[in-house]
Amino acid sequence: MSFQAFLQHLVNGISLGSLYALLAIGYTMVYGILRLINFAHGDIFMLATYIAFYSITTFLIPWWAAFLIAIILTGLLGVILERAAYRPLRSSPKISIMISAIGASFLIENLAIVIFGGRPKAFPIAPIFSHIIKIGDVSISIVTILIPIITAIALVILNYIVNKTKTGMAMRAVSKDYDAAKLMGININFIISFTFAVGSALAAIGGIMWGLKYPQLIPLMGIMPGLKCFIAAVIGGIGNIKGAVLGGFILGLGEIAIVASSPALSGYRDAFAFVLLIVILLAKPTGLMGKNSAEKV
Amino acid sequence: MKKSKVIQSLISIGLVIVILVVLNNFLTSFQARIFNLCGIYIILALSLNLINGFVGLFSLGHSGFMAVGAYTSALLTMPKEMKEMNFFLEPIAPWLLNIELPFPVALLIGGLLAALVGALVAAPVLRLNDDYLAIATLGFSEIIRVIFTNTQSMTNGALGLKGLNAIGISGKSAEGYWWIWGIVILTVVFMVLLINSTYGRAFKAIREDEIAAEAMGVNLFKHKMMAFVIGSFFAGIGGSLLGHLMGTIDPLLFRYLLTFNIVLIVVLGGIGSITGSVISAIVVTIAMEALRVLDGTMRFGSLVINGVPGTRMVVFSALLMIVILFYQRGLMGTKEFSWDWFKKLSFKSKNAKIAKRM
Amino acid sequence: MALLKTDKLTIKFGGLTAVNSLDMIINENEIIGLIGPNGAGKTTSFNMITGVYTPTEGTVVFEGKDITGMKTHEITKLGIARTFQNIRLFKDLTVLENVLIANHMRFGSNLLSAIVRTPDYMKKEKKAYDKSMELLKALGLDDVKDEISTSLPYGKQRRLEIARALATDPKLLILDEPAAGMNPQESLELMEFIREIRDTYKLTILMIEHHMAVVMGICDRIYVLDYGVKIADGTPSEIQNNQKVIEAYLGVD
Repeated sequence: MSFQAFLQHLVNGISLGSLYALLAIGYTMVYGILRLINFAHGDIFMLATYIAFYSITTFLIPWWAAFLIAIILTGLLGVILERAAYRPLRSSPKISIMISAIGASFLIENLAIVIFGGRPKAFPIAPIFSHIIKIGDVSISIVTILIPIITAIALVILNYIVNKTKTGMAMRAVSKDYDAAKLMGININFIISFTFAVGSALAAIGGIMWGLKYPQLIPLMGIMPGLKCFIAAVIGGIGNIKGAVLGGFILGLGEIAIVASSPALSGYRDAFAFVLLIVILLAKPTGLMGKNSAEKV
Repeated sequence: MKKSKVIQSLISIGLVIVILVVLNNFLTSFQARIFNLCGIYIILALSLNLINGFVGLFSLGHSGFMAVGAYTSALLTMPKEMKEMNFFLEPIAPWLLNIELPFPVALLIGGLLAALVGALVAAPVLRLNDDYLAIATLGFSEIIRVIFTNTQSMTNGALGLKGLNAIGISGKSAEGYWWIWGIVILTVVFMVLLINSTYGRAFKAIREDEIAAEAMGVNLFKHKMMAFVIGSFFAGIGGSLLGHLMGTIDPLLFRYLLTFNIVLIVVLGGIGSITGSVISAIVVTIAMEALRVLDGTMRFGSLVINGVPGTRMVVFSALLMIVILFYQRGLMGTKEFSWDWFKKLSFKSKNAKIAKRM
Repeated sequence: MALLKTDKLTIKFGGLTAVNSLDMIINENEIIGLIGPNGAGKTTSFNMITGVYTPTEGTVVFEGKDITGMKTHEITKLGIARTFQNIRLFKDLTVLENVLIANHMRFGSNLLSAIVRTPDYMKKEKKAYDKSMELLKALGLDDVKDEISTSLPYGKQRRLEIARALATDPKLLILDEPAAGMNPQESLELMEFIREIRDTYKLTILMIEHHMAVVMGICDRIYVLDYGVKIADGTPSEIQNNQKVIEAYLGVD
């Protein structure tokens, strides 16, 4: 493989990895606090792109405002999702809440099909995003470079929130020990809503950038990325934000590596995530950065 | 089992057969097709309920096992000419080309192969806890699907297989009716016998409290594996029947949407209730068909309403959410149909009559 | 030969040594108590004996056989049964069904004969049913045999848990805080009850308890744990007068 091709693939891999990382964080934060796989997270990601789409095309809002609106609204939708589908079942058996998550996911997807229509829509790309940057012989679209940069900024902000604010400390406390945190007077409902809001906002950022990179929107576009990103979170160690980022990059780079190494294997690209999942679950179920916890008998 | 119970059960099976004969004569071929679909979904629901409902393992891998069953029986029964027509992009693997087995044999092999795959999937996955089990089984199901999409010479990849044989030996579609419902009756009887045996109790004990079950001498791994293998066997059978009923299969058919439909049926009917699964399978399958109108054009006399495609699934998803949020135990919870109900009814009415006189 | 013997039994969870080098000897027909402040490692020791945890070091020998690290269900088959600190009944099953489960391990691996209901299987089912009813009658639970187990009052639930453990035909019965939640009257009755079943079913009993009246009242010997270490063992009167034990419970001034 030529050096240019390698560089191209590397940049693509980092870009894809960033998107996966943003989405994986949402899964890991929710699981850390509620021990719940938010199956609907991928669909929240999808909604963000459609909100941005309609803001720009139907409401003719300038792209930067549309993106902001999408992020805020999506964060709100995440909170509503939690209130409607998960909070009522908090004291129910595990299986009920899992089914509710799957049900919510399907409901959102099918509503999207009905409301938005099943035909693919083209994500409007402002001219500023169409630039191509040339480094030597390598052509890289500006979006591909922007993605890791934006992701890095988002992660820095997230890190600040989680590690340097009181709310962040409360979030960490709840994920470490739910009951103790309650006893300490932490407003559990607020923390949970906040977690969903942040996770969904990150998914929205990822969604918008996804739309810029892969401009074809369909209602079911969240399924595969959602599943893969949950797997990324598991690989990194579910409940661990750093792990989610790591998992996202491993997945993104790995997928691109597969496609790059042999075109014949590109059909198996999607299976890569699942194979990795099985390997991790067998070798180290708590994930690369996860810790063991035993059940008290 | 008490003699009276055996007699009651035989009477119920007899009644069912009578109903089947009557329906056979009155249903239009379109209705019969839907009714056959109901039967297949009963088999699928029961197979999922065994794993998820009675043992409490949240497995989302069912569509993968169905795919194994469907493709196996399809390839084993398809005559050479049909295979050559299907595999126009890339010729079928030579050893598969000339195999042509009778339907019952192929069906059984499909089920057994699905059971084998079930065992292979279960072995590593059973020691994971709830959430991981769900995702791991889903992962395996997707891996199976992706493999089927990419093994062009064996499965015809994304093109799928068309022209599957009709169910049965004669090739006439009417025969399919009796095959399907015969297998349904066998499956229901099998499940009832299993659940009411000591093994059924062990399964339920594992669901209620694994650690206590183990302390009672129940080998967790062995029993979970048992349920998984049996469940995947019937999933394979169901998948085969589904494929042959529809006549066409392709990997996209076995997405996790299919597993979700079965989960929907099981949840609505009551996780852990055989009766619930049976009723729910019939009702949901019919409703799914009936609600197709929502997706198309609806005419009420001179009033024409254009349905929006996809409304049907919105209704069903919403229904699932309502059930899970408000009626978590589904229609039947963990209760089963029993002749005792009729006794209770007459007891109540007798008391009511006595109370009235006083 | 002792019925059960633990030798330098140790378990470490990461950096924490929950139980450190525990030596215990339990002889046939004895009632042995295991006491100590909360978090001393008592239940953890039980879990190692019953195979829920695998010890980091040390051995557990039962009837001369090394059972260290064996799986729980195998240990149950060898003759050790237990109850749990927080009652772990099979919630959705009836009282009778809870006890019937104990018989499952005697059916062997014959799924097919169970499905087809061979005469041999039916014989085993009847035997299991009769044994279970006998046990329920002996423990005063036969009148509620078809009730859902969690609908019983607390005291009866505890009794059911013991009935369930007894149904496995154990030689050694391990009780984890059987008197938890009981008032003094109930605890006295429990004491009598434990003595009775020890005599009737020829059991050996090992129990964790915090109710000192119960422990001192029926135990032949007592082991005391504190922070995972055995700090004393002996007869009730020896323990009551042991300085270390008093300090462990009351603290040092």
